[in-house]
Amino acid sequence: MAHPATLGAARAALAGGMIEVLVEDKRFGGVQVLGQVAFTVAPGEVLAILGPSGVGKSTLLRIVAGVDEDYTGHVRGPARRAMVFQDPTLLPWRSALDNLRIVHPALGADEAQAMLDKVGLGDRGAAFPGQLSLGQQRRLSLARAFAGRPELLIMDEPFVSLDAATGEEMLALAERLIAETRPATLLVTHARAEAERLASRIMHLAGQPAVLRDGAGP
Amino acid sequence: MSETAQSRAVPALSLAGLLGVWAVAALLTRDPQLLPAPWQLAAPFWAELRSGDLLYHLGMTLWRVACAFVLAMSIGVALGLAMGRSERLDRWLDPWLVVFLNLPALVLIVLCYLWIGLTEVAAILAVSLNKIPNVAIVLREGARALSPDLDAMARVYAMPRGARLRHVVLPQLAPFIAGAARSGVALIWKIVLVVEFLGRSSGVGFQIHMHFQLFDVGMVLVYALSFIAVMLVVEWRILQPWERRVRRWRAA
Repeated sequence: MAHPATLGAARAALAGGMIEVLVEDKRFGGVQVLGQVAFTVAPGEVLAILGPSGVGKSTLLRIVAGVDEDYTGHVRGPARRAMVFQDPTLLPWRSALDNLRIVHPALGADEAQAMLDKVGLGDRGAAFPGQLSLGQQRRLSLARAFAGRPELLIMDEPFVSLDAATGEEMLALAERLIAETRPATLLVTHARAEAERLASRIMHLAGQPAVLRDGAGP
Repeated sequence: MSETAQSRAVPALSLAGLLGVWAVAALLTRDPQLLPAPWQLAAPFWAELRSGDLLYHLGMTLWRVACAFVLAMSIGVALGLAMGRSERLDRWLDPWLVVFLNLPALVLIVLCYLWIGLTEVAAILAVSLNKIPNVAIVLREGARALSPDLDAMARVYAMPRGARLRHVVLPQLAPFIAGAARSGVALIWKIVLVVEFLGRSSGVGFQIHMHFQLFDVGMVLVYALSFIAVMLVVEWRILQPWERRVRRWRAA
């Protein structure tokens, strides 16, 4: 398996899909948002990062995901990444099935259909995202993340603003998919119950600028 | 009257009203040389159609409109997209845009003819140059409104450039492209007529020039109205169905 994101000496240390994150400094304008933030996640492990809103959790995730490259530090890890966003972030002008197949061109029609079946959207393949309920859109977003068999999965408050029953359903689904695919998972949330349910390890992001501490914090 | 019947009847009645005003004005003028009545155009229209002249000149104009449209849209879309995405490029190119936007169409046409000669290339280039700044400005707004979330999604999943353009960027720009295209066709065919009037020996503009010199108001109207009819067909049969198709997901 090739790891284009890992180079030189780091390659040996990161064998087997391990991800290593070291952020030393991240600023917006002149304001430092993130201080020293360092952690590793092994394949099959779920690391939850807890913290109050506005502390910089989403900023950290954007750096790990490779969307934000303007920071001091490095992120080393597998190339096959997936992200579940706070909003479903689907392509509203493409059908549910196409939302999977366009993002993952290697995915066959049967595999895409199987993925939809797995998240309970088997009969909604032709529907546009606007025709799905918010819960269904979230499940489609989960399906898209797992369809690429990611080695690194990033989840940004994936269960926020869902009612209790739908939230529980989503949580169970995510649990099942993670157990099946076993990516290195980074979950950011402010709901401790969610973190305790899914995570094998919990860390806490707090302070100004924010730094990372072990445990679920105060 | 039901809502849909009314929405169909009103434009028809409104057009009939315009025809009525024309007929009354023609009757009051009582000089077919100056203003022929609508029914007095039927005979010259038929003669021009049978001789093949009407279709030939309509075809030439339509061909020039199509060339200028494709050229202006592709360059304008690319320019607007680049300017909307890069603030630096925008700062450098914005003054150019303002200059070309305020350059009168006639000046561009005359300069193109003087520098390039009375050729087809000069004619189509002059029309395109007139339209590119409008397209670029509309598309720049569209590019600025692109969703950063979808952009992040495309980057995380490492979507290839082509797929990103086709499935993520262009669908977001579709309303802006449709808007620029419709106002573009309307503007372009008017400028094409001026270009033909000034320096071509075929096309609706050339025919209008000729009949203008012969004081033949009837033939001027025959050519003008025929081309309006062609452009309405383009609007109803091509532009509007295309727009409905790209908007399908909104209605669903």
